[in-house]
Amino acid sequence: MIPQRTATSSTVTLHVNDTAHTVTVDHRTTLLDVLREQLDLTGSKKGCDHGQCGACTVLLEGRRANSCLLLAVAHDGAHLTTVEGLGDEERPHPLQQAFHERDAFQCGYCTPGQIVSGVGMLCEAAEGHPSHATPGSVLQRATGAPAELDRDEIRERMSGNICRCGAYPHIVEALEDVTEQTLRRTDGAARRTEGVSA
Amino acid sequence: MRPFTFERATTPEEAVSAYAAQPHARFLAGGTNLVDLMKLGVETPEHLIDVSKLPLNEIEPTPDGGLRVGANVRNSDLAAHPSVCRGYPALSQALLSGASGQLRNQATTGGNLLQRTRCPYFQDLTAPCNKREPGSGCSAVRGVNRDMAVLGHSEHCVATHPSDMAVALAAYDAEVEVLGPEGVRTVPVAAFHRLPGDTPQRDTVLRPGELISHLTLPPVPAGARAAYRKARDRASYAFALASAAVVVALDGAGTVRHATLAFGGLAHRPWRARTAEEALIGSRAEPQSFARAVDAELEAARPLSDNAFKVPLARSVAVHLLTTLTARADDTPNSAAGI
Ligand SMILES: Cc1cc2nc3c(=O)[nH]c(=O)nc-3n(C[C@H](O)[C@H](O)[C@H](O)COP(=O)(O)OP(=O)(O)OC[C@H]3O[C@@H](n4cnc5c(N)ncnc54)[C@H](O)[C@@H]3O)c2cc1C
Ligand code: SF4
Ligand code: FES
Ligand code: FES
Repeated sequence: MIPQRTATSSTVTLHVNDTAHTVTVDHRTTLLDVLREQLDLTGSKKGCDHGQCGACTVLLEGRRANSCLLLAVAHDGAHLTTVEGLGDEERPHPLQQAFHERDAFQCGYCTPGQIVSGVGMLCEAAEGHPSHATPGSVLQRATGAPAELDRDEIRERMSGNICRCGAYPHIVEALEDVTEQTLRRTDGAARRTEGVSA
Repeated sequence: MRPFTFERATTPEEAVSAYAAQPHARFLAGGTNLVDLMKLGVETPEHLIDVSKLPLNEIEPTPDGGLRVGANVRNSDLAAHPSVCRGYPALSQALLSGASGQLRNQATTGGNLLQRTRCPYFQDLTAPCNKREPGSGCSAVRGVNRDMAVLGHSEHCVATHPSDMAVALAAYDAEVEVLGPEGVRTVPVAAFHRLPGDTPQRDTVLRPGELISHLTLPPVPAGARAAYRKARDRASYAFALASAAVVVALDGAGTVRHATLAFGGLAHRPWRARTAEEALIGSRAEPQSFARAVDAELEAARPLSDNAFKVPLARSVAVHLLTTLTARADDTPNSAAGI
């Protein structure tokens, strides 16, 4: 709907984990607050509320973003995936499983954000996105082949997620496990294996 | 946060006239800076005009061999675009050195250029700050100023501009295309941000209500190499203490025939080092002449009580970049190899 110029609230529809929700929001409301307070999806956490910690990470149209800096009114019609949409106890997402197996958390507060961010990060890498850890010579070839993810690459690409407990070594291991699984699955495809031969 | 009205613009012209109709408005792009500042109470718009859905998403070649980038292109998409990785690697590197994966997915080209300073006093409503509240004084000039400017500052403001992207754009001689009530105009990136003088409340030469629509990157001189390097307190996810973007080309005899150098983290705007560039062009490509050229530029530095370290840091970042970029003359041209 087109909000009226005098209105300071609007009605928006959000597609969250494949379910449409129509909610009325004060324009000041962030997507994080809608998720937690209006939709009862409390998996996404509020750490800093300023884009600094990554605890609120969701996938917005398939790409990771900090939901604490997204105004709900500006995302009418958007498709979101939260940690609840990735999997559940019976059918966990491979990255949720890997976090469990690697004991990749202590208090667990940052964990949903780490996992959603990790899923987004692996998609970016599969699409060939470079990072600050990518050597200039590789960056400049810009082949579009999936990025090779060693520990430095994983750490750099995950730097937007802070863990106050310092569980980083195990988080990196969980991501390494899923990176390897992803690569094994796509081993046959030449496009995918090019540039990941190391 | 103060309540506000909201509208979504569908064309650039509509966005400009919407602003003209509502002077206490702000354009909203990715929101990663504006929403943050609204939460802090630093920005208090009464009306937001969402420009993030405007059809300004293209990255397309220009007839002269350059590149034109729409204001809504996301930082992550710009950094990963093959034409940018191959043709303007320092721009990719600068973008990738900034913020986080999540933020770069949301941040736009236009919003990145217009992000406000990270001066902590600017973000703290209880502290005097001439940029936030003209005439109230500058808390940083004699306060905690380790991260502040060493070049081009005034007693009224010593803030730095935080954008990495803008530093690379300045070195590539990029231009900003702006749409306002009076039509379209173009401003070089290197002249887009202002020095503070006695009006630090104005970051740029953009007039109120003008919309950034595009950036244009001219073709890079044949055989040039380029890279961006950033020194910061952590290996990732931190603003620059000092950074540099270099575009350099040599002739067959090892003499510099083209050089642009821009510094980040040192001033209220990306600092094009014109004095250093003049000294570089025509000189031999060797560390001693690079150091002499960079020193000539940094002679103008006037450090504050806590940030004298920035001068030698910027010097070593720039000299290292120039040395690495010119070391392997037989490499592929326009290379960022090894950096
Ligand atoms: C934790 C954190 C760390 C960060 N680290 C870095 C870093 O290391 N390096 C770095 O460079 N940046 C960093 N950033 C800043 C980030 O790059 C900017 O927030 C982002 O680029 C702003 O883009 P946006 O589209 O979200 O802008 P918005 O927040 O939407 O807008 C910013 C400003 O630009 C105006 N505006 C937006 N688009 C237009 C347009 N087309 N025409 C006219 N006006 C417009 C808005 O009105 C607003 O005033 C960081 C940010 C955060 C939160
Ligand atoms: S340096 Fe500029 S932004 Fe910081 S307190 Fe002083 S006037 Fe404000
Ligand atoms: S709560 Fe959003 S980044 Fe910290
Ligand atoms: S597990 Fe406690 S913050 Fe990460």
